[in-house]
Amino acid sequence: MLSIKGLKVKLEDEDKQILKGVDLEIESGTVHAIMGPNGSGKSTLSYVLSGKDGYEVTGGSAALEDVDLLEMDPEERAAAGLFLAFQYPVEIPGVGNMTFLRTAVNAQRKTRGEEEMSAAEFLKVVRARAKDLQIDAEMLKRPVNVGFSGGEKKRNEILQMAMLEPKMCILDETDSGLDVDAMKLVADGVNALRSEGRSFLVITHYQRLLDHIKPDFVHIMADGRIIKTGGPELALEVENNGYADILAEVA
Amino acid sequence: MAEAALKQTPTDAMIASLQMPQGGWSEAARKDALSRVKTMGLPQRRDEYWKYTRPDTLVQVLPAPAALRKSDETPLFDQIDRLKIVFVDGVFDAAASDDLSLEGITIERLAEAGSDLHWARDIYGVLETRGQTPVARPLAALNTAFADDGVLIHVTGTPSKPVNIIYRRMSETADAMLHHCIKLDAGAEMTLLENGPVAARHNGVLEVEIADKAAFHHVRAQGRDHEQRAATHIFTRLGTESTFKSFTLTANGMMTRNDCIIELTGDDAAAHVAGACVGDGADFHHDDTVFITHDAVNCESRQVFKKVLRNGATGVFQGKILVKAGAQKTDGYQISQSLLLDEDSQFLAKPELEIYADDVACSHGSTSGAIDEDALFYLRSRGVPHGAATDLLTLAFLAEAVMEVEDENLREDITGRLGSWLERHAS
Repeated sequence: MLSIKGLKVKLEDEDKQILKGVDLEIESGTVHAIMGPNGSGKSTLSYVLSGKDGYEVTGGSAALEDVDLLEMDPEERAAAGLFLAFQYPVEIPGVGNMTFLRTAVNAQRKTRGEEEMSAAEFLKVVRARAKDLQIDAEMLKRPVNVGFSGGEKKRNEILQMAMLEPKMCILDETDSGLDVDAMKLVADGVNALRSEGRSFLVITHYQRLLDHIKPDFVHIMADGRIIKTGGPELALEVENNGYADILAEVA
Repeated sequence: MAEAALKQTPTDAMIASLQMPQGGWSEAARKDALSRVKTMGLPQRRDEYWKYTRPDTLVQVLPAPAALRKSDETPLFDQIDRLKIVFVDGVFDAAASDDLSLEGITIERLAEAGSDLHWARDIYGVLETRGQTPVARPLAALNTAFADDGVLIHVTGTPSKPVNIIYRRMSETADAMLHHCIKLDAGAEMTLLENGPVAARHNGVLEVEIADKAAFHHVRAQGRDHEQRAATHIFTRLGTESTFKSFTLTANGMMTRNDCIIELTGDDAAAHVAGACVGDGADFHHDDTVFITHDAVNCESRQVFKKVLRNGATGVFQGKILVKAGAQKTDGYQISQSLLLDEDSQFLAKPELEIYADDVACSHGSTSGAIDEDALFYLRSRGVPHGAATDLLTLAFLAEAVMEVEDENLREDITGRLGSWLERHAS
């Protein structure tokens, strides 16, 4: 599904190398988690994959189902099936959440040469998905993320994911700022979307989220590289002992 | 002396080129206005409130020709049940207009109102004169003196539908001067819609007298001809517990100067004035100049102006709130914002507060900014292409001003117009 080979990235404006050769293969239908200390490059990886400005790729490749991601505009990557759930979802005053969702769904369909979703059909689908995530009609009417609590913003990200039905979902610290109940709600939303044809890359600091979204593989990232890969037990090891042991072991 | 002589020259030339309609109840007001124009002189660059907007093209004798714009779009407000009054190049078009009778309202034309005891005698040029201090507005006085036509609307009740003055432009050189007067009796309520380009050059005045507990709603779209020029003035005076709400949409036009002069003279009155403007190109110049005087207790005023400027377009906002001694419990609010889509465009803002009462709340703010890059990336990451995402954010920026239009249907109409403008001017 997602194939990252030797990916090297620096900041555009500064001479600072962030990713120093990331290798990652994600098979269709699997859930991968990336953990790592602050500043290890986890969020940069998610931004570079989704096409945010400000980064320069200096080496390596990233492909989604054999299509080169790095050459595409962000909107093309989205239409190709990539989705990033933001760590800090952006507030957009003046744009209604519903308008935003419908614009996004239909823009992707249009790019893929599919027919637009009718207003009635869209309404039906969005209501059902929103209900599962305990997002009420009021939240759908309000401007995108404006005045939303931390939990509401994250649930809204998952609602977008549910509506856009991407193939490759990247969750960037989706658990940050969530209480236990909110985390469970978000995790349930993600789990409901797990399927054969859909893969997940879950970026997190804490093992707790991985109790709810059970990963097939866990990667440890440090200083711009993936330094260790294992099963779910690796996350438990981090939770119990921190990163120091793993970093020492690799060094 | 030398300066005065210099200033008289274009004024005299303009006056000499115009013909004052003779006789009737308005004659005294017209003669008075003419003498005031002579004293004031037409605006020039050194005048304080013309610093950011060159008056040259508005005061030269002949208007610059303006190319006509063809459109196959459905006209604005077309889906709304309204009474239509049509002016073509500033000339009343009876065939295209509806029958001017409507319950709760009397409509006449300025050019036809001849009797000596007309109600409009107490408004025509009267509110305009009041609005000449402390800032002179010579183009409005010129209009009072020479206006060819206009409508006189007396609102006695609550008419069942809005009155829509529709302007059409057929000539590339027409110079129009229209003057409308509206009188709302106590408790009366009306909605006035105006849309379309008036002429190659338009000097327009609207005087509105709002009696106690009456409400006046005004939604105006100034037409989208690229080369037209217009200077408009609204003068209004509000009685106790009355309401004035005016919204203007300005898209295109080489020069649009909109003055709005509001006087709150009765307690507990509310005046809202708002504008949304979209301008593309170095030829575009748009100026909103507002002067609100609070002269009563517990009144509210609100100014919300948003401008989207690109490819070298210029926007100006000059907004003043004057709170007179004794106008306690005044609640004044003013915001002017611009979205500059490139580095060539500019927004010039001059907010002013002058307060002589001690128990008031007045706030003002002004910002200029570019498109929010984080929001743009967020939208694109969801699959919305760059252009569409920019348009969505641009509409969102304008939405706060459009929200000042109370009626949902009118609001949708305005938003639709802005959307199609953005589509036509795709970057």
